[in-house]
Amino acid sequence: MAVLNVNGKAVDYNADPDTPLLWVLREQLGLTGTKYACGIAQCGSCTVHIDGAPVRSCSVPVNAVGTQKVVTIEALAENGVLNKIQKAWVELDVPQCGYCQSGMVMAATALLAAKPNPTDADIDEAMTNICRCGTYQQVRAAIHAAAKA
Amino acid sequence: MTIQTSLGRRGFLVSGAAVAGGFSLGFHLPFDESVAHAQAVKELNAWVVIHPDDKVVIRIARSEMGQGTLTGLCQLVAEELECDWNKVTWEYPTPGENLKRNRVWRNFSTGGSRGIRESQQYVREGGAIAREMLIAAAAKQWNVPSAECSAANSTVTHKGSGKTLTYGALAAAAAQLEPPKEVKLKDPKDWKVAGKPLKRLDTVDKVTGKQIYGMDHTMPGMLNATVRACPVIGGKLKDFDASKAEKMPGVKKIFAIDGNAVVVVADTYWQARTALEAVTTNWDIGDLGKVSTATINAMLKEGLDAKEAFVGNKAGDAQKAIDGAAKKVEAVYSFPYQHHVTMEPMNATARYTADRCEVWCGTQNGEAALAAASEAAGLPIAKCEVYKLMLGGGFGRRGRSDYVRQAVLAAKEMPGTPIKLIWSREEDMTHCQYHPTTMAKMTAGLDAQGNLVGLHVRISGQSILASLLPQNLVNGMDPIAFQGLMASGVEAAYGYDIPNLMIDHAMRNPHITAGFWRGVNVNQNAVYMECFIDELAAAAGQDPLAYRLKYLKPKWAAVLKAACDRAGYGKPLPEGRFHGISQVMGYGSYVAGVAEVSVSPDGQLKIHKITAATNPGHVVNPAQIDRQVAGSFVYGLSAALYGEITVKDGVVEQTNFDTYNVMRIDEMPDVETVLVPTNDFWGGVGEPTIAVAAPAVLNAIAKATGKRVRNLPLMNSDLKKGA
Repeated sequence: MAVLNVNGKAVDYNADPDTPLLWVLREQLGLTGTKYACGIAQCGSCTVHIDGAPVRSCSVPVNAVGTQKVVTIEALAENGVLNKIQKAWVELDVPQCGYCQSGMVMAATALLAAKPNPTDADIDEAMTNICRCGTYQQVRAAIHAAAKA
Repeated sequence: MTIQTSLGRRGFLVSGAAVAGGFSLGFHLPFDESVAHAQAVKELNAWVVIHPDDKVVIRIARSEMGQGTLTGLCQLVAEELECDWNKVTWEYPTPGENLKRNRVWRNFSTGGSRGIRESQQYVREGGAIAREMLIAAAAKQWNVPSAECSAANSTVTHKGSGKTLTYGALAAAAAQLEPPKEVKLKDPKDWKVAGKPLKRLDTVDKVTGKQIYGMDHTMPGMLNATVRACPVIGGKLKDFDASKAEKMPGVKKIFAIDGNAVVVVADTYWQARTALEAVTTNWDIGDLGKVSTATINAMLKEGLDAKEAFVGNKAGDAQKAIDGAAKKVEAVYSFPYQHHVTMEPMNATARYTADRCEVWCGTQNGEAALAAASEAAGLPIAKCEVYKLMLGGGFGRRGRSDYVRQAVLAAKEMPGTPIKLIWSREEDMTHCQYHPTTMAKMTAGLDAQGNLVGLHVRISGQSILASLLPQNLVNGMDPIAFQGLMASGVEAAYGYDIPNLMIDHAMRNPHITAGFWRGVNVNQNAVYMECFIDELAAAAGQDPLAYRLKYLKPKWAAVLKAACDRAGYGKPLPEGRFHGISQVMGYGSYVAGVAEVSVSPDGQLKIHKITAATNPGHVVNPAQIDRQVAGSFVYGLSAALYGEITVKDGVVEQTNFDTYNVMRIDEMPDVETVLVPTNDFWGGVGEPTIAVAAPAVLNAIAKATGKRVRNLPLMNSDLKKGA
C-alpha cells in the first residue's frame, strides 16, 4: 500500500510502482474523468495537474509522483461551482463527444493560471491536446472568453 | 394502443444515471429510490415520459457521439410536445426492449448522418401524440371539449375559464388514454424550440469528468482484459506461450478467442496489458505477409485501365465524345487507407452466464451490437441485452461490433464475472475497418471553346460493402462506391449535367478490412471530381467557379455561390493568399467550401480561412450545425494533411498518434459557416462537409504554387518552390 495526494486528500493505492499515474487514478481511485486515449503523451486526454502544472498522466509512473499534489478534473469545481474555464466551456457549448475535454479543460485551466490573458500564440503552444470531433475553434473562443470573465 | 410499461428498468437506470451525473452505478442497487420512482411513472408513449414534478424524459434511440443528434431529436419532440425545454432530459431505450416492443423505436443505427433526417417524422409524431393525450386528460378532468384547450410550456389551459394544469399533474391520467390515431405536425415556420441554437443537453458532465463512457464503466467484481489479435488482419493464431505472463501480478486467466487473438484477464487493465506483453504468439498469416502498400497500389493501378467495371452513372457516349474532342485532359488521383482514430479506443464490458448475456458499451448501432452479443454468446437474442453508454467518438468505427464480440467471448471464459475488454491504442490503430483506398483515372474531352463534352471517371479500388456487407452488393456491384457521383436520388447525387458521361468502378479488394469512415466514399470521390474540374477549368483558361456554374444543377450551384459570395471569391485577397473552391451533395445535403491558403517559398502551407455553406433543407439547431461544419474541417483536413495507413508484410504500419498524425489547434483555420436552408427537404450535417475540405484546399494550393497535388495525404508532397 502506498499513498498519493490527490484532490487535496491522502489516498491509498496498491499498484506496481511503474504503473502509470493514469491507471492508478482510473482503476484504483475511481477517478475516471481522466481519460486513456494514446498512452504515449501525444494527445493530452489524460492531463492532470501535478503541483499546478499540466502533466500527461499516462506517462508518469506512479512512484515518481511522491508527495506532489495531484489534481484531477473531478476537483476543478469547488463546492459544485465550476471554474472559469468550465463555465466558459458550458457557455460556448464546447464539447462534442467530450472524451478529450477533461484534458482540454485541465490544460486550459493551467494555461490561464500561468497566463491570465493568453494570446492566440499562447493557446497554440499550450493546447496541444488532440480532439477528433474538431472542437478547436470553440476551445480557442472559450479560453479567450474565460480570460475576459 | 395500450400503455406499455415493460421498459427495461435496468437499462434505463444505467443511462439515466449517466445523464444525471451522480450515481453512475445505480443499477447495482435494485431497490433505490430511482427504481421505485421509475416504476411509478408511466410513459405517455415510447418517446415521452413525464414525471409528477414536470420533468420530461425523451427517449432517444440513436447514439450520441458528439454530433448533437440527441439534442436535435429532443428539440423536435419537445417542439411538438409543447413542453418547457428547461424540464427536458433524455435516456436511451435498450435494443433488447426495442425488439420486445416490435421495434417501437425503429432504427438504432447511427451513421450516414441519418439520425435526425430519417427519424424526424416519427419522433415529432411521438411528441404530438403525447401532447394531444395531455390535452385530452385536462379536458376530461374539466369536463370540457379538448378543442377548447391548448398546450404550451408544459401547461394545458382551458380558453373559456382560464384554468390550467401542468403536464406533471396530468401525465398519470393522460397515460391511461387512447392515443390519437392521427396528429398534425407543426409547420417548421412556427417552430419555437426546434430550429433554434439551443445548448446541448450533454455538456456539463463532459466538463466535470462525470460523463461515463464505455471505458469508464465499472461493476462489482469486474475484471479487466486486453487483447492482441493477429497483426495481419485475416491471419490466425497458431499457438501462444503464456507461462511467464500467467505468473504476473493480478493475472486471472489467459486464453485464445476466435482462433485469432489472445486475451489476458487481470484485476486491472494495466496488469492485463503488462502481462500481454509477456505472452509470445505464433501466427499463421499465409500469403498475406506478402502484401504491402506497393502491391495494393499495383492492384489498383491495374484496375484503372481494366476492361470490366461496374457502371454507376452514364449519359450519352463518353468515349466517343472524348475521342472526338478538340482537347483531351487526363489525370490520375489516389486516396489512401485512413483510420477513424476515435479518442476512446474500442472497449466493451460483458457478463455472460448460461442463460443471459449483457453488454455495456458505446456503439453506433445498438441492435447490431445485440446481434453480435447473441451470436458470440450462443444465446437467443431474447436472453441478451446491450446497454448503450456515451461514445468517445464514432465516425463510423463503432458501427461495427467486433469489439463487442471479443468482450463476450472473453466473458464466456469466466461465466458470471463481468469482463471489461479494452483495446490499447496500438491494437485499435492496427485492427480497424479502414477508409478504403481507391484511385481514379479522370479523362475529359473539351471542345475548342473549352466546354466539357465528355467525361470518364474510372474508379479503381476497394468496396466497403464487399468487405463488411457482401449481402448488400447488387449483382456484384457496390452502389455506394459512387457516393457523390450517383445518377440520381436524394442521398449523394452528382451535381454536374454533362452530356456524355461514364462513371465506373473496377472493384479491387485487398485483405485489409474496409469500412464506413465519416463521409465515406463521398470524400475521395469529391477530391477526384472537384480537383479535376479545376484542372479542366485551367485547361479551358476559365475561372473555376464560372466553369462549374456552366454545368452545375440549381441546388448545387446555389450553395456554391453562397459560399463564394460570403468568402468574397473573385475579389482581391491579401498578398500571397489564394482561394480554392469545391462543392458536393452528400447525406441529403448540399455543401460547398472556399479555402483561403498561402504557401511559403519553402513549402509551408497555411490554411487561413474556410467559408463553408450548407443547405440541409430544414435546420434543427443552427449552433450544432456550425459546430459540425467546423469539426468537419478538422476531420477532413487532418485526413488531407496526414491521414495515411500503410501496409508492410501484411501489417498496418501505423500504431499511435506519433505515426498517424492529426491536426492540432495551431493548424485550425478560422471556419465560417453559412446556412442557406431551402426548407423543402431533410438533409444530414455530420458528414457532407468533410468531403469539401480536401478539394478546396488542394485547389487553393494549385493556384498558390502551380502544383497539382493528386495523391493524398499532402504531407507526402513537397510544396517548396522548384521542388
